[in-house]
Amino acid sequence: MLANLTSSERQTALVLAGGVAVAGLVMAVLGRSDVLGVHGVIVMLCGGFVAWRIMSSFYAAEPTQDRSVSYYDDPIKAGIALAMAWAVFGMFMGVWVAAQLAWPDLAFDAAWSSFGRLRPTHTSGVIFGFGGNALIATSFHVVQRTSRARLAGQVSPWFVLLGYNLFCVLAISGYLMGITQSKEYAEAEWYADIWLVIVWVTYFILYIKTIARRNEPHIYVANWYFMAFIVVVAILHIVNNLALPISWGHAKSYTIWPGVQDAMVQWWYGHNAVAFFLTAGFLGMLYYYLPVRAQRPIFSYRLSILSFWGITFFYMWAGSHHLHYTALPHWVQTLGMTFSVMLLVPSWASAGNALLTLNGAWHRVRQDATLRFMMAAAVFYGLSTFEGSFMAIRPVNSLSHYTDWTVGHVHAGALGWVALITFGSLYTLVPKLWKRQGMYSDALVEVHFWLSIAGALIYVFAMWNSGIIQGLMWRTYTEDGALSYSFIDSLVAMYPYYIARAFGGLLFLIGTIIGCYNMWMTVRSAPHAAPERDAPVTPATVPGE
Amino acid sequence: MPELFHRKLERSAVLFVLGIIAAASVGGIVEIAPLFTIDETVEDAPDMRMYTPLELAGRNIYIREGCYACHSQMIRTLRDEVERYGPYSVAVESQYDRPMLWGSKRTGPDLARIGGKYSDFWHVAHLNNPRDVVPESNMPAYRWLARTPLKTNDLHLHLAAQQALGVPYTAEMIENAASDAYGQATPDTDYAAGVVERYGEETNISAFDGVTTRVTEMDALVAYLQVLGRLTNAAYENTAAPETKPDPDD
Repeated sequence: MLANLTSSERQTALVLAGGVAVAGLVMAVLGRSDVLGVHGVIVMLCGGFVAWRIMSSFYAAEPTQDRSVSYYDDPIKAGIALAMAWAVFGMFMGVWVAAQLAWPDLAFDAAWSSFGRLRPTHTSGVIFGFGGNALIATSFHVVQRTSRARLAGQVSPWFVLLGYNLFCVLAISGYLMGITQSKEYAEAEWYADIWLVIVWVTYFILYIKTIARRNEPHIYVANWYFMAFIVVVAILHIVNNLALPISWGHAKSYTIWPGVQDAMVQWWYGHNAVAFFLTAGFLGMLYYYLPVRAQRPIFSYRLSILSFWGITFFYMWAGSHHLHYTALPHWVQTLGMTFSVMLLVPSWASAGNALLTLNGAWHRVRQDATLRFMMAAAVFYGLSTFEGSFMAIRPVNSLSHYTDWTVGHVHAGALGWVALITFGSLYTLVPKLWKRQGMYSDALVEVHFWLSIAGALIYVFAMWNSGIIQGLMWRTYTEDGALSYSFIDSLVAMYPYYIARAFGGLLFLIGTIIGCYNMWMTVRSAPHAAPERDAPVTPATVPGE
Repeated sequence: MPELFHRKLERSAVLFVLGIIAAASVGGIVEIAPLFTIDETVEDAPDMRMYTPLELAGRNIYIREGCYACHSQMIRTLRDEVERYGPYSVAVESQYDRPMLWGSKRTGPDLARIGGKYSDFWHVAHLNNPRDVVPESNMPAYRWLARTPLKTNDLHLHLAAQQALGVPYTAEMIENAASDAYGQATPDTDYAAGVVERYGEETNISAFDGVTTRVTEMDALVAYLQVLGRLTNAAYENTAAPETKPDPDD
């Protein structure tokens, strides 16, 4: 990873890694009487490890070639490996917590292994570990190819990638130790949040600078989505995580937002984490890898514009649909519901645009499981956005809220849309990046596809059933006007579905492990004899400029 | 021609980013800012109490263990919820809650009004092993709470931070945070008298886990569970009749 860095860049990298290690030391000293100290040691070890790696090949030969004539792919390769490692971890934790709901004693008699602490390791592991690394890696790839320019930095892509993973490690190791803000999908504490801001601002600057270098007059649509993802996630993250630590030596902080305002800020964040992390970023992937794989241009440029601005504007109003019938003022609930229903228009514009792009390439969808991954992702995206708008309608929400239906809906999006589009994109990207003829085994891609589909469908159907049964049991009255079922009656009815859900998740996890194996074998296989040209536009290659 | 305009926008990264910020800011500003300025958002409740240091510590254990992932603390304005759990929740009840713990999922029942419904003894038995009390339960067992002493030496920092954010803790409360936590779990001591003096007669003084010789995390968590829904009577006064379930036939 260092072979491409000059001596002065290696110095910069060393200073940064050393700085992180020193920051870790300071945290360890200040937090010596608190769990913060443990995190200080972890930061110190991570910074120290990277510094050691830099020093161990500090005097290796410097790059001799002009680097601007090639794309910068090393951080992308590392990002793909990290994404797949987090996928296995996060999905394994998901299967474990799912099994705990069916068999509650499937924990050690210890705090770290109880459901409440493991659950955020699953959600953060898959959303931030798997999803985030996949987004960083693919965005680095897409921005270079669509701009026909090399990344605008040598050290900063590594800083973004490794810094982001340090955030993931802090977040997830923290939950196991009981460090959490309890804000859903923003559980990491204040110091990890500050670190993520630094990493994210670097990511933004790097991205914008690379776009500024482009050799194309227009910014391609995939980059619109990646830019929206980077910019809006920064806004959401900062506002939602404003908090006052109890001291510099403690991990614990209190959010500045009280009660009802906190609820609104939290779900404004929570719903838009879905919108800008799990939707916008992955639409960026879709808008590049789907047309590349299908060898068809995007169906409609106008639909792309409509859906992009629709999603960017409407989504930010929708969060309050998580708070129907609560103590949040009625007018805010109504606004949330209204915009959630309107969101169906740009959402289906995107899904339709993707599927219509496949017109003329349906024979490829049949033969090529990689393209089928992306087609299925677009279908799941369309279905789950429809379901989301439907569930945001107040009376529907009175049945679905607090039940497993919500969990099923989220997983229709997470497994069916986010994971499938990622696997389709990575199966397209890996052979290109490592300059191989194709994936090691097309048959294994096929097996992965069907395991994913089967797992996602079993999961989602189990949760639809359990959620609707639960919701109906809670509101069923006897003829005398008394509630028919106690709460525990409704829980007993859930057990068969909890077992089915764990099984569906297990199938999905097995598919992911097969995907890892296939990618690993691809990387190890022999390079393509004559790879197609894949390099930025430079004055040397364009004599006219 | 809107398309021509967009063609221009696509040529400038800076303009494009400004466009994204503008489009994405509106919703949040319109929905969040008025919650601070419209007075009716949070009701007045002169009887509203604050969490004692022990209850606050218990609340932080509830957060730490992720209880909110399976238990809501928000009774909706629906007939079946009000009949099952009690009067629907009002905003003032979580006025001092940082963060709020309204929750999003009920794998277990709502806890907004759990305080006082069961004995301390029941809670301790239930937390030690839920299946001893409710055989069908899938809740984790929290045995380590009863064997882990409560950390009280930093409680004053917690109260001070809350005070800085606007919760009306007094300097005396902050100063006595650790001894008040001890006192609330040890009835008939001078420390217990101090808690009542500072936090009021309504304060629930009890040997929560049945052992008065030391204060454990179990004491704190049970103290917190027992105060849920009992910080103010606002929910029982002047609330409109709950909404009925939507009826598909009308």
